[in-house]
Amino acid sequence: MLSFTIRRLIIMIPTLLLISLVIFLLLELAPGDPMAQIPLTVPPEVKQQMRLALGLGEPMHIRYWKWIVQFFWLEPQVLIDYYFGSSFSEGKLRVISWQTRGPVMDLVVQRLPQTVWVVGMSYIVGVVIALPIGIYSAYKQYSIFDQTGTFISMIGYSVPPFFSGVLVIVIFSVTLGWFPSIYDTTLVVDSWDNFVLQLKQMIMPVMVLALQTTAQLSRFMRASMLDNLNQDYVRTARAKGLGESVVVMVHVLRNSMIPVVTVIALGVPSVFGGAIITEQVFRVNGIGQLLITAIQATDLPLVQTLTFMFAILIVIFNLIADVLYGILDPRIRYD
Amino acid sequence: MNLKSILLGAVVALAFAPASFAGRGTDGEVKIIYWQAPSILNPYLSNGTKDIESSSLIIEPLARYNQDGAMVPYLVTSIPTLGNGGVSADQKSITWNLDPAIVWSDGTPLTSADVKFTYDYCMDPNGGCANTVKFNGVTGIDTPDASTVVINFAEASPNPYGPFVGGQTPILQKAQFADCMGAKAQTCTAENFGPVGTGPFKVVDFKPNDVIRMVANDNYRDPNKPAFATLLFKGGGDATGAGRSVMETGEFDYAWNLQLAPDVIAKMESAGKGTVIVGFGPSVERIEINMTDPSPSLDADTRATRKAPHPFLSDIRVRKALSLAIDRVLLTEIGYGQMGKPTCDLVAGPAVYSSQNTHCMKQDIAGANNLLDNAGWVMGSDGVRTKDGMRLSVLYQTSTNAVRQDYQALVKQWWGEIGVETELRNLSASIFFGGDPSSPDTFQKFYSDVEMYTNNFDGTDPQSYLAMYLCGNEPKPESQWQGENINRYCDIAYDALHAELTRTGDMEKRYEIAKRLNDMLTKDSYTMIPLTHRGGVAAHAKSLGGVVMNSWDSELWNVSDWYRK
Amino acid sequence: MTNIPSDNLIKKPRSRWFDVWDQFKSHKGALVGGVFFVFIIMAVYLIPLFWPHDATYIDIRSRNQGVSLWHPFGTDQLGRDTFARMMQGGQTSIAVGLTAMALSLFLGTFVGVMAGFFNKLDNVLMRLTDLFLALPLLPLLLLMMLLFRDPLNAAFGPEKGIFILIVLAIGITSWMPTARIVRGDILAIKEREFVLAARSIGTKNSKLISRHILPNVVSPIMVSATLGIANAIITESALSFLGLGFPPDFPTWGRLLYDATDYLTMYPERVFWPGFAISLTVLSVNYLGDGLRDALDPRIRGR
Repeated sequence: MLSFTIRRLIIMIPTLLLISLVIFLLLELAPGDPMAQIPLTVPPEVKQQMRLALGLGEPMHIRYWKWIVQFFWLEPQVLIDYYFGSSFSEGKLRVISWQTRGPVMDLVVQRLPQTVWVVGMSYIVGVVIALPIGIYSAYKQYSIFDQTGTFISMIGYSVPPFFSGVLVIVIFSVTLGWFPSIYDTTLVVDSWDNFVLQLKQMIMPVMVLALQTTAQLSRFMRASMLDNLNQDYVRTARAKGLGESVVVMVHVLRNSMIPVVTVIALGVPSVFGGAIITEQVFRVNGIGQLLITAIQATDLPLVQTLTFMFAILIVIFNLIADVLYGILDPRIRYD
Repeated sequence: MNLKSILLGAVVALAFAPASFAGRGTDGEVKIIYWQAPSILNPYLSNGTKDIESSSLIIEPLARYNQDGAMVPYLVTSIPTLGNGGVSADQKSITWNLDPAIVWSDGTPLTSADVKFTYDYCMDPNGGCANTVKFNGVTGIDTPDASTVVINFAEASPNPYGPFVGGQTPILQKAQFADCMGAKAQTCTAENFGPVGTGPFKVVDFKPNDVIRMVANDNYRDPNKPAFATLLFKGGGDATGAGRSVMETGEFDYAWNLQLAPDVIAKMESAGKGTVIVGFGPSVERIEINMTDPSPSLDADTRATRKAPHPFLSDIRVRKALSLAIDRVLLTEIGYGQMGKPTCDLVAGPAVYSSQNTHCMKQDIAGANNLLDNAGWVMGSDGVRTKDGMRLSVLYQTSTNAVRQDYQALVKQWWGEIGVETELRNLSASIFFGGDPSSPDTFQKFYSDVEMYTNNFDGTDPQSYLAMYLCGNEPKPESQWQGENINRYCDIAYDALHAELTRTGDMEKRYEIAKRLNDMLTKDSYTMIPLTHRGGVAAHAKSLGGVVMNSWDSELWNVSDWYRK
Repeated sequence: MTNIPSDNLIKKPRSRWFDVWDQFKSHKGALVGGVFFVFIIMAVYLIPLFWPHDATYIDIRSRNQGVSLWHPFGTDQLGRDTFARMMQGGQTSIAVGLTAMALSLFLGTFVGVMAGFFNKLDNVLMRLTDLFLALPLLPLLLLMMLLFRDPLNAAFGPEKGIFILIVLAIGITSWMPTARIVRGDILAIKEREFVLAARSIGTKNSKLISRHILPNVVSPIMVSATLGIANAIITESALSFLGLGFPPDFPTWGRLLYDATDYLTMYPERVFWPGFAISLTVLSVNYLGDGLRDALDPRIRGR
């Protein structure tokens, strides 16, 4: 297992470089112009000047090389400087966003707290609710609990967040006035009152997002449990006289977790990627909103950096999922 | 522009001032929401409306336009005119006298050096300044003393109020931006995110594309203003949510640009927490008609260029029929309600420059059908007219936006009634309005028969706006598809008349020429079909007083007068 | 699954597909789901044939009308008949949902099986999956539209062209989770005794996959299929919203739902109908999938 993990870690480097190149080329070739948001009254020559000032005049391969150097070499230096007070990065050009003319990494650091709070919390809530529902639904297949669970989760999944978000806002902020409809990112949790405020403003986006996670995960959990409940080893375990709870919760659950672990691990990067539509609806203004505004404004350095960071997370979590397979099922061998 | 309008502006400003000042910072916090979030607080590097308006709380120009388009002095003692000698007799220079009492928020005095520096900052060729066009024709700025600014022009300028008037060209502090000249402008993050200004507020914390926190400027020129101690400026989301947060939940005090269906906005207003305000500037939603052939069968150097005239839209009878078939009154009522007025003009405001034509207000399907019959277009069995084997079929593109899609659907139906087949296409705004010469979908490239969008002009003088339709100014391969003459109109008479406009100093005559030019593009040639004169729409909480809607400058132009009722 | 030649039936009365059908029939949920699904498809394709209103006809005098006999679902802000729009929208949404789901399922299963079964391919295919997971969806779609819209329009006409493009776009950007899940399952299954047994008697790889491995990964595939349809319908609405989807006068359920969201408090019925239709379709496919899964699983069959 250890050698497998090390091997995979080494392969990660060329994989990521290839991914970075593909992302870069994709964004270069996709249509869109950073000057689209500038009013039409600004004449084309001025827009051309502004484009050149952003560095768009340089050839593509030079810009790719610059970005790679900035991302892999300069930004880590900035991080080191930040923690140790050293000055490696002084005077060097960081990855600069075209929209804001500020360093991209500063934006990411600014946005992470609310994204991790809201999307992360909804993910945890979703997983915690989904697993028991999935397990119990499968154990009591076609019971009323199972049918209701299926019904609610499928409706939950088929209602897009641009609608469910507005629906909860209309119910809970406009009509009842319980929760704020706009997330306040300047709120600092330093007292009990502010903590309550934070909970209040988080509850609606978390609800909307958790509904999606729950629906998806509970379906996979149920299906996987059903597969295993009819296996021979379950009969053997029961025949041995093991208690029902041990049979289900230890034997069956462990074997059922393999596909579910994939789904859960694949979902974790999306916690950091943010939730584009839900963040927009509630103005959480996290990473997801940052990405969508950057795409709309064709802010290439920001889009490249965000998607590439996302890619790193995906590669890492896929590796984690693979390692977990081996632990959950010792029969799986990678060689 | 003249003394009368200045006085008028002053009177209006007085009339709207709160009855009693409680003093600076006594009304707590005011919360503003813009559904497009500001990304930078330096308008010289962005020029997006959201960025200009958010920075207008902090940095100010010498003078602003008020809600009627008249100039109001901000950092100067008076507006220079020919009459008071501020504008030289040959109209080649204008002299501004700074108000000596004004200081920056850090306590240092505002001087003419700051004004000159701002000009130098913007004109640096490596800086990528978005507003160089505001300084067109300026040869230099003299600063005879600390409070006098003389702006010199190369030629006589009938309208010398381009530089430092209005939200796009506020004064930057020299001490702060001195190290940000040229290429370094792009990386001066701290300065671009927190400019030192003379305005009523100063930045405490700026999170790009998210939120700005501000506090009242202790050194603001009026000791009793602003009434609010702090200001929260939130961005992001959509117009519906912004309107809801002001008018239905009451979380915010002011929401910008509520471009929503009229019944939706009326329903929100009926919740009773906020008021909708509308102001009309020069914005006109129009259909541009392609005078050139966009057919994909042509090669890239000929397609949609003046080398290939459009097979049927170059016939004025077809263009006129397309215009006649549209019911602008109904269209505007459905799409904009009280936030728009039907119009037949390219220049719909200011009133003095506008022809105020009404010939197109009545829909005339029968007349349109007649025109097409006379032009030799025969109605086919499938309801589409044909002539010489050519089908009267058009591709109609615009950007993605709910109101525009409703417009498209309605127009398609009306054109169907006169035997014109219409294919609709909507494109993402970031592509449609982008100038990427490699994309086939930009509005400049115009690879469709007709397209719809809104355009306007800065300030109150339409001269440069009308210059867009001069011959040779059209987007074409040789100019990398850059250019402003979108419909590829070309008329020597138009060019000659426009040249006359640039030489004319007499205001009455200027009005007349501008109207004439407008008519040439609209009712004489039908190269463009104006539809709706669009107003700016905002909403404010009922508890917020002093708000005056302004479509000629930043909507937040008089934020220092705002107070809590 | 019922298209068995009759002579085959007589020779082998207990063919596998017969068993499957038998099991499927006895599954109540699956039958109900199937009936509903067939009903929805029939409704959206047949009703417009004799319905008096056209989905795109604008009758400005009767806009924002409520429920009436003439307009059973009311009319929208331009006076178009909501019922006609629902039916036409259904045709597009269901067609997009089914084909995009099928494409994504095929790609996902194929890549998953190949990667899980053949060790040599595993690394390459899984890195490819990583790559696709990492690609930003929106710019990818923009690029696809730019490159392929005009050729497809020229070859198939504007509506068919955009249909193919949307199905392709959704299909090739949503197969990755299925591939990961299928591969994960196969890694475990292929070490099981019955696979070793089959291999030891010289079963060829293709037979091994189709007879022994695939039936054992049917359940995650079925779940992916159900979620995939909902996903495709919703993604399509997001595309229309971004200006990348069907022409603006072309209704789909997702678009109807999106357009109606602004009118939520004024005309709740406008939101209800498309939301209801999407949910109903997804639910019926889900029950159908449940029944199929049970029917295809040899261990449950005959229980």
